[in-house]
Amino acid sequence: MIKQYETVFIATPVLSDTQMKEAVAKYTDLIKANGGEVVYEEDWGLKQLAYPIQHKTSGFYYLIQFKADPQFVNTLETQYHRDERIIRFLTVALDKDSIAYAEHRRQRGATKAAAPAAAEEIPAEPEVDAETEANEEE
Amino acid sequence: MAAVENNEIRYLNPPTVDVRKKKYCRFKKAGIKYVDYKDPEFLKKFLNEQGKILPRRITGTSLKFQRKVAQAIKRARSLALLPYVTDLLK
Repeated sequence: MIKQYETVFIATPVLSDTQMKEAVAKYTDLIKANGGEVVYEEDWGLKQLAYPIQHKTSGFYYLIQFKADPQFVNTLETQYHRDERIIRFLTVALDKDSIAYAEHRRQRGATKAAAPAAAEEIPAEPEVDAETEANEEE
Repeated sequence: MAAVENNEIRYLNPPTVDVRKKKYCRFKKAGIKYVDYKDPEFLKKFLNEQGKILPRRITGTSLKFQRKVAQAIKRARSLALLPYVTDLLK
């Protein structure tokens, strides 16, 4: 039986970009190696934590939505437990409403990403600048 | 007695007639079926300043969605998207 899941993990902020990519690759490969299928990935980047975890105040968030056998969640979570780079994780099964929501969210993200395609690093900021400039002129 | 005969009751303090707005469940009204734990800004609407979950009698959420909101807030807390305890949230 195949179910859809969603997992978010927080990696330590001390990792470099390449180390972070390595960690992500490890888990996506693990999903694929166990007969799963990665539906969607999202990098939230470095975020401030609402409270310190293991004396760290920030962390790299990463979201993976995947389809896999329910047995696989156990293996994934043991891997998380053994991995010192991961400071927190959450795996959630998706039902039909949450799958619909996930797709809606993906499309919304895609349209947002498509708009500032020219300036990937600064999403929506140029528009705000233009507005404030217009206000100043008035 | 005179007041009763005139079929009108006099009060010392006139009764306050405040029309209270009927509370409604925002999820039912907007047709939202799933409460996302990944959106802490939205979930903050259901927390008080200390980060506690607000009761249904204040937010007006239906029981079905109050359970979902509570579940989402608890998930967000475990991912450090929301604090367990704090002062002056918002």
